Amino acid sequence: MSGAATDSNIEPNGKVQVNEFLVEVRISPRPGLLDPEGKAIHNALHSLEFDEVEDVRVGKLLRMKLLADSEAGAREAAEQMCRKLLANPVTEDFDIAVAGRA
Amino acid sequence: MQVAIVTFPGSNCDYDCYKAITDILGEQAHFVWHRESHIDGADLVILPGGFSYGDYLRAGAIARFSPIMASVQDFAVQGGAVLGICNGFQILCEAGLLPGALIRNRSLKFLGQRVRVRVENATTRYTSAYSEGDVLALHIAHGEGGYVADAATLDRLESNGQVVFRYVDRHGQVTDEANPNGSMRNIAGIINEAGNVLGLMPHPERSVEAILGSTDGLGLFASIRDHFAGRPAARVLSAAGGR
Repeated sequence: MSGAATDSNIEPNGKVQVNEFLVEVRISPRPGLLDPEGKAIHNALHSLEFDEVEDVRVGKLLRMKLLADSEAGAREAAEQMCRKLLANPVTEDFDIAVAGRA
Repeated sequence: MQVAIVTFPGSNCDYDCYKAITDILGEQAHFVWHRESHIDGADLVILPGGFSYGDYLRAGAIARFSPIMASVQDFAVQGGAVLGICNGFQILCEAGLLPGALIRNRSLKFLGQRVRVRVENATTRYTSAYSEGDVLALHIAHGEGGYVADAATLDRLESNGQVVFRYVDRHGQVTDEANPNGSMRNIAGIINEAGNVLGLMPHPERSVEAILGSTDGLGLFASIRDHFAGRPAARVLSAAGGR
């Protein structure tokens, strides 16, 4: 799943160096799709007189630690996880942030 | 008819289906644990209702990758009859065997109540015992039953007659008030283009005996039984219809 080895992560003995990366996956309801939870929170904020709130959408945040040989490799792996399992393309969008080495 | 009922961790309508098939219909059924890898000798596979894997991530998202699902997928692609009820419908959508998805009810509430659905297509192997326009009293029990799909998919479903059940009011009219969960176009159940995979949110297996308050779900099981028996379906919806 990890990206190709680059010069920077090959150790002098020829082994590919694998690091632990912190990856955050944000999943949110697609624009235009009804988000009843976001709407309820929006209404609750208004009833607390936070009138400046114009819209609320509720999604989920997944924090993962994963092993990869590079940041690009970590991102690529997370993207495949999103396409296969973590997000439903009919209802959800996702974006991935690699927060660096653990 | 031999029916395989797939049991996932968290399934809770598997025995209701078993009873409907065996006690009420007098047909054969067996359970298939989700860790098994083969559907053998089944005419019909039922993915029952429940909360497989606690509905974690999204309802049906994890069950869809259970070992048995590869076999169910093959069975469906080869034209085998697959019926998904409630959580089973969610699993079929997650698995891509049916288009669209099911999202949180617009009320945010779990709904356990009686609803009315209208039979929109009585030519399928699951609905031949009904007539088009029949209004059935069935029960729903779900938190994520809002059917969504993009406009092109919805139009295709409509024009192909793939919308099989729609939420309606007591007069059989499609209204927003009769829509319990915010489903687009009041859709309660759809069938795939090939006509062998049906998914619906209401529970027909809970409306098969007078003591349950309605027998309107029986027609679905009778239709598929008669499909395999090769005889025209007997009309089983009573005039009273539990309406």
